[in-house]
Amino acid sequence: MGYVEARGLHKHFGEVRAVDGVDLDVREGELLVLLGPSGCGKTTLMRMIAGLEQPTAGEIYIAGELVDEDVPPRARGIAMVFQSYALYPHKTAFQNIAFPLEALGKPPAEIKRAVDWGAGMFGIRHLLGRRPRQLSGGERQRVALARSVVREPRVFLFDEPLSNLDAQLRAVARFELKQFQRQIGTTTIYVTHDQIEAMGLGDRIAVMNKGRVRQIGTPQEVYANPADTFVATFLGSPPMNLVQRDPHRLIGFRPETFLPKGAFPADRPVETFRFRVREVEHLGSDRLVYGALEGGFTAEATVIADIPSTITVPIAEGEAYDFAVPRDHLRFFDAQSGLRLDGDAA
Amino acid sequence: MLRRAAPAAVAAPALFRRRTLADREDLLGRLMLAPALVYVIVLVGLPLVLAVLLSFSAAFAGSLEFRWIGLRNFATVIGDPQFRLALRNTTLFTLVSQALVIILAVTAAHVLDAAFVGRRVVRFLLLLPWAVPVSLAAMAWTWIFDSTFSVINWTLKVAGLLDGWFYWFGDPTLAMIAIITVHVWRMFPFATVIVLAGMSAVPPDIREAAVVDGASFWRRLFQVNLPLLLPIITVSVLFGVVFTSTDLGVVWLLTRGGPYNSTHVLATLAFQRGILGANLGQGAAIAVFLLPVLMIAAIGMLRVARRTEVGA
Amino acid sequence: MSATALAFGSRRRRRAGRLVKRVALYLAALLFTVFAVFPFYWMILTAFKTNRDLYVGATDLRHIPWIFNEAPTLQHVRLLFLNTPYLVWVRNTAAIGAVVVVITLAFALPAAYALARLTGRWGERLGIGIFLTYLVPPTLLFIPFARVIAMLGLQNSPWALILVYPTFTIPFCTWLLMGFFRSIPRDIEEQGMIDGYSRWAVIRRVVLPLATSGILTAVIFAFTLVLQDFVYALTFISSVGKMTVSLGVPVALVRGDVFYWGSLMAAALITSIPIAIVYNLFIDRFIQGLTAGALKG
Repeated sequence: MGYVEARGLHKHFGEVRAVDGVDLDVREGELLVLLGPSGCGKTTLMRMIAGLEQPTAGEIYIAGELVDEDVPPRARGIAMVFQSYALYPHKTAFQNIAFPLEALGKPPAEIKRAVDWGAGMFGIRHLLGRRPRQLSGGERQRVALARSVVREPRVFLFDEPLSNLDAQLRAVARFELKQFQRQIGTTTIYVTHDQIEAMGLGDRIAVMNKGRVRQIGTPQEVYANPADTFVATFLGSPPMNLVQRDPHRLIGFRPETFLPKGAFPADRPVETFRFRVREVEHLGSDRLVYGALEGGFTAEATVIADIPSTITVPIAEGEAYDFAVPRDHLRFFDAQSGLRLDGDAA
Repeated sequence: MLRRAAPAAVAAPALFRRRTLADREDLLGRLMLAPALVYVIVLVGLPLVLAVLLSFSAAFAGSLEFRWIGLRNFATVIGDPQFRLALRNTTLFTLVSQALVIILAVTAAHVLDAAFVGRRVVRFLLLLPWAVPVSLAAMAWTWIFDSTFSVINWTLKVAGLLDGWFYWFGDPTLAMIAIITVHVWRMFPFATVIVLAGMSAVPPDIREAAVVDGASFWRRLFQVNLPLLLPIITVSVLFGVVFTSTDLGVVWLLTRGGPYNSTHVLATLAFQRGILGANLGQGAAIAVFLLPVLMIAAIGMLRVARRTEVGA
Repeated sequence: MSATALAFGSRRRRRAGRLVKRVALYLAALLFTVFAVFPFYWMILTAFKTNRDLYVGATDLRHIPWIFNEAPTLQHVRLLFLNTPYLVWVRNTAAIGAVVVVITLAFALPAAYALARLTGRWGERLGIGIFLTYLVPPTLLFIPFARVIAMLGLQNSPWALILVYPTFTIPFCTWLLMGFFRSIPRDIEEQGMIDGYSRWAVIRRVVLPLATSGILTAVIFAFTLVLQDFVYALTFISSVGKMTVSLGVPVALVRGDVFYWGSLMAAALITSIPIAIVYNLFIDRFIQGLTAGALKG
C-alpha cells in the first residue's frame, strides 16, 4: 500500500493514449523518479496526481484517500515545481514564497517566519526583495523550491526542475536536491527524461514508455535486471547490447561487462564471443570498442565494449578477438514480446 | 544542519475541502462567457434579424406598427434608379479605394521597412488619419475641397495645371474623386501598419536568403514577400472593404449624397429614407444589400484564419 | 588604369547608386507622410489664422494659403471654448465613454478569460465568432436600433448610446483581451492552483495583475471607439446640448449655414491629437492582438 497510489489510470486525448493503464505505489518518504522519453506520459501522470488533469479512467489515492475530480489541486496537500519554475513575475521572491501561505490564511508574523525558514534552507535570504526577472536561473530554482517547501506539503512533485540549468550547475543542484529531500523526508515524485538524474536521485525509478510503466525498482535493479528490451536499451550509455543467436531469444549484456577474455580470472564462469572490431574510441578513462559478433549471430547488430583504462590489452581495428561476459551478467529476452525470460541458464 | 519541518502543517480539515464553483472550470467558463454572449446575441444578433424583418415590412418611425408586406420594399427599391446608382457608387468607391489602398500600403510598408532615421516619427504621422474620428476628418476635407477657398485649386492654378475651376462638390465626377480620396487617405495608413506588422513576422532569414540568392527587387517582391504577406494583406483588405462599403460619415458630411443625389451610397440612402424619411422598412431593405458583402468578408477572414492555422 | 583604381571606380559607382536609392526612399516616405498629414497641417493653419488671412478666395493667386500671412491668433480657440457648446460635448463624450468602458470591461474581461483558458476547442471558434460580430457595421444596425430605442423611449438620450456602443466595444475588447490572457504562461496559473487557490482566486490574484497593461489597452481602445462613432450619435441624438464631440463639431458648429471653420478645425485638432498619441503608444499591442488573434484563431 503506497502513500501515493495510482490504480488503472488512463488519460486519453482524443485518439492519443497519453497514459494507458498505470498502477503505481509511491512509498512514504521515498523519492520516486518517473523516467522515460518525451511523450511517454510521465508528465501527464504527474499532472493527474496534482489534479491539473482529470483521468479518463482509474483512481488516485494520496495517504489512503481518494482524490478524484472533487478534490481540486489546492486541496491535495501537494507542492509542485515546474520546469519553468513558474514564479509570479509581478511578485518579489518574498511574496512568491509567501503566496501559498496566504492561501492557508496564516497570520503575517507566521508567514514572515516561514518564508525566512524556507529562504534560509536554500540560502536565498539576501534575494527576497528581488523580482524573478532580476534573478539568475539557479536563484529562480531556489525560490521555486523554497516556495514549494513552506507549504509543508505531503507530496512533492518535480517536473524536470533541473533542465533549465546549465550542465555544471545541474550536477550541484542535483546533489542539493537529494540532500534536501533526505532531510525533509517528504514523499517526492520526480519527472525526468535524463537517466543520469534518475540514477543519481531516485530511491526507486519507474521507467515509462508509451503511457505505461515498464519497470519499477531501485536504480541498481532497473539497470542490472531490466524487465524488457525497452528498459535495457533506454538505460545506460552506451545501452545494453542485444544479440540474437536463435529465433526465440535475445541475449543482452552491458558494454562494461563485455571485456577481453584475458581480463577475467580463469575460474570465473564466462560466455565467450568472437568479436570483430570495427572502430575504437579513446575516451580517456575508458575505450569504446565497436564491432560485431561472429559465429551464428543474426544480422550485423553493432556490439559495443566499454573497456576501462586499467585493461591495457592492445586492440586493433579490423581484427577479431575473444571477448567474454561473466555468465551472471547475461540477460535473456523473449524475441517477440521483448520481456525478460526468467531462469538465466545459458 | 537543516531543521526538519513540522509534519502535516497543511491542516487535514482544510485539506479535503470539496471543490466549489470557483474550482469548476467548465461551469466557471460558461458563467463568465454568458453575459457577453447574451449581450452580443441580444444587441447584435437580434437587431440583425430585425433588420431583415423590417425590410419585409411597412414600418415607420413614430409608430411601432409592424406590417408584413413581403418583397414589396425590395421591389420598390430595385425599381428605383436612385437605389441602383447608390449600389453602383458603393461598389465603385469600395473597389477603387481598396485597390489604391493595397498598392499604397504595400509600397509604403516596404519604404518604412527599410530602416532609416525618423521611422518612428513617420509611423506616428501615418497613424493620424486612422486615429482621428471620421466625422472630424471629413470636415477637414470638406474645408480643403471648399468651392471658394480650396487650397487644391489654388495650388493647381499656381502650378499652371488648372485652367477653369474645380467645384469639387458641384460636379458628380469631382465629388466622387473627393470621396475616394478621403477613403484612401483614411484606410491606407492603417493598412500600411498592418502590412508592416506582417512583414516583421516574416522570418528575416527567408528574406535574407532571397537577397543572398541574388533575386532582384521585383522577383523578391512577387515571389517571396507578397506570397508570405498574402494572409495579412487579405485581412487588411477585408477590413477595408467592410469599413469602406458600409461607411456613412464620409459621404454624408462631404456631399450629403449630392450634387443631384449623384454620390449616394447604400448607407447614406438608407439613412435618408429610413431615418430622415422615417420609412424604416425601405431603409432596412436598402441596408440589407450590404449583408452579402459582410458575409463574403466574414468567410474570407475565416478561411485565412484556418489556412494560417494549418500552415502554422 | 591600375586594378585598384578600377575597383575604386566601381565602388564609387555603387556608393552613388546606393545614395540614389536612399534619396528615393526618403522621397517616397516623405510623399506618403505628406498625404497622410496634409489635412492635419491644414487644421493647424485654419485653427490659428485670422479671418482676414483665412477667407481669401483661392482665385487670388498672390495670397499664399499654405502659410501664415498674418500673425497666428487664438480667437478661434477662444470662440470654441467660450461661445460654443464644445465643452458640453466633451463632457458628454467623457461621461458616455466612461460608462461604456465600465460596461465593456464588466462583460469583456470574464468572457475573454473564459475563451482564452476555460472553454477549450469550441471556445476558440466562439472567439472567432465574437470577433466577426465586430465587423457587423452600424449601417446595418442603426435602422433596427432606431426601432428598439423608440420602443424603449430612449430617443435623444445618452442612454441610447450607452446601450448601443458596447455592441462594438465588447466584441473588440474581448478579442483584444483574449490575446493578452493567452500570452500569460499556463504554468503560472497552474502554480497558483497548486499553491492553494481556486481557479477563480487565481484569476483575481495572479491573472488580473499580470494583465494590467492589456486591460489598460482595452480601456483606451474602447474609449476611442466611442469617440469615433458618428452614425449612432447622428441617428439617436438630436438636441445640440446632448451631442458628443464627433457629432456636435461637424453638425452644430454653424451659424445659419455658415461654418465656423477656424473653430471647427481647432476642435478637430484638439480632439484628434490625444487619440493619435494614445494610438501610437498602443498600436503595437493592438496589431499583435489583431493579427495573432486573426491569424492564429
